[in-house]
Amino acid sequence: MTTQQAPAIQVNGLEKSYKELRVLRGVTFEVARGSIFALLGSNGAGKTTAVKILSTLLKADAGTARVNGFDVATQAADVRESISLTGQFAAVDEILSGRENLVLVARLRHLKNPGKIADDLLERFSLTDAGGRKAATYSGGMRRRLDIAMSLIGDPPIIFLDEPTTGLDPQARIEVWQAVKELADRGTTVLLTTQYLDEAEQLADRIAILHEGRIIVNGTLAELKQLLPPAKVEYVEKQPTLEDIFLTLVGTKA
Amino acid sequence: MSKHFFGDTTVLLGRSLRHITRSPDTIITTAIMPIAMMLMFVYVFGGAIRTGSDSYVNYMLPGILLITVASGIAYTAYRLFMDMKGGIFERFQSMPTARSSVLWAHVLTSLVANLISLGVVMLVALLMGFRSGAGVLAWLSVAGILLLFTVALTWIAVIPGLSAKTMEGASAFSYPLIFLPFLSSAFVPTASMPGPVRAFAENQPVTSIVNAIRALFAGQPVGTDIWVALAWCVGILVVAYAFAMRTYRRKIS
Repeated sequence: MTTQQAPAIQVNGLEKSYKELRVLRGVTFEVARGSIFALLGSNGAGKTTAVKILSTLLKADAGTARVNGFDVATQAADVRESISLTGQFAAVDEILSGRENLVLVARLRHLKNPGKIADDLLERFSLTDAGGRKAATYSGGMRRRLDIAMSLIGDPPIIFLDEPTTGLDPQARIEVWQAVKELADRGTTVLLTTQYLDEAEQLADRIAILHEGRIIVNGTLAELKQLLPPAKVEYVEKQPTLEDIFLTLVGTKA
Repeated sequence: MSKHFFGDTTVLLGRSLRHITRSPDTIITTAIMPIAMMLMFVYVFGGAIRTGSDSYVNYMLPGILLITVASGIAYTAYRLFMDMKGGIFERFQSMPTARSSVLWAHVLTSLVANLISLGVVMLVALLMGFRSGAGVLAWLSVAGILLLFTVALTWIAVIPGLSAKTMEGASAFSYPLIFLPFLSSAFVPTASMPGPVRAFAENQPVTSIVNAIRALFAGQPVGTDIWVALAWCVGILVVAYAFAMRTYRRKIS
């Protein structure tokens, strides 16, 4: 099996119901290796359910899914070797320090030199100074960065980010975006879910819109734009957005 | 069983124990309530209770030890609930880690935490005049019964820990367990109770466990009580374990 050439993620006809509620009604998509794929949808569209099935936390009722060439239902252990999940809420251990969190994950992934791995990641995510502090004292953006850093341990080829910027302030959001872009630059495949249109626009190579349990559109941003009525030329005075103003005032580089 | 089971369980046990050493208040609160009860029963009510034994501390310590465990496992459920709610449970389950290690680490942590609380309560009892002429074998038997009791109650605690929706829900199950020793031979002889209460008290698990531990401490023959006690503990353990595993599989499939 040449896992290198196969798509990183192949999902075919995935279905999942919670009692009467049909959350996924035949979801089909593929994610190419090394790309950023955004699953866009409103709350309750089934994004988290799809991610949970792909990360072997839930079983699908019907359909198949392969991650890194491995079937999520029958080769779950191989799938877990290939992925990292960053869930909807920054899943860090608040009582441990940032560094201890990283060491913990490195040891659970059975890696050598957990201390060095932790120190390297602290530096890469600008958390070195905060490394010895309890994670409970971190800001929202720092927690998310630590969360993502924990997901990178062991260099899994595929990373799931479930609503990585929900609840973050604009600065923290940009920090997370930066981190995600760097990941893709290093060749990691990223599947991210989001309810923010601009986030998908900023980050994703391909965007799929999940609506009422089905993928209704799937394409690049340019392709999606062609689905809409042709662009009209209008002359509008371009006011700075509140985000531009906010970021200028607080002096962020981005 | 995954080849990493023992290694992973050790790592995760280290994590939970660090939680305990960083917030020792959970152990102190666990020990304070039984100690307060012990003080109250010995120095307030004790003088009016006729037990037929010369020292009331000696008489009621076994019941207090069971109450200590019953209040200690509320924290087992709480710690598990916090892991579920914070998403870290799912993080561990999506990693190439032995999956059952996550649960076993919590169970072992519960044993360690309860052992420390029991030690603290025992120490206070000694200061209050508890004395035992028990030999090494009797002490080991007491330790074994308490250990088995803690394991059984810990698996009960795992069920709400996994399935509770709120923090209060996760720990509320322990109240009836804390109350159960009052309807037993732990504080007063069952012979003083009215018919139906007495029937319940004499046939519920706490009475046989208390009687067995009390006899062991006093260096008296334990009779059939110890076998009834062990049967109860093992029975509770098996049923609670089965339900806990079912709840676990429903959460993580």
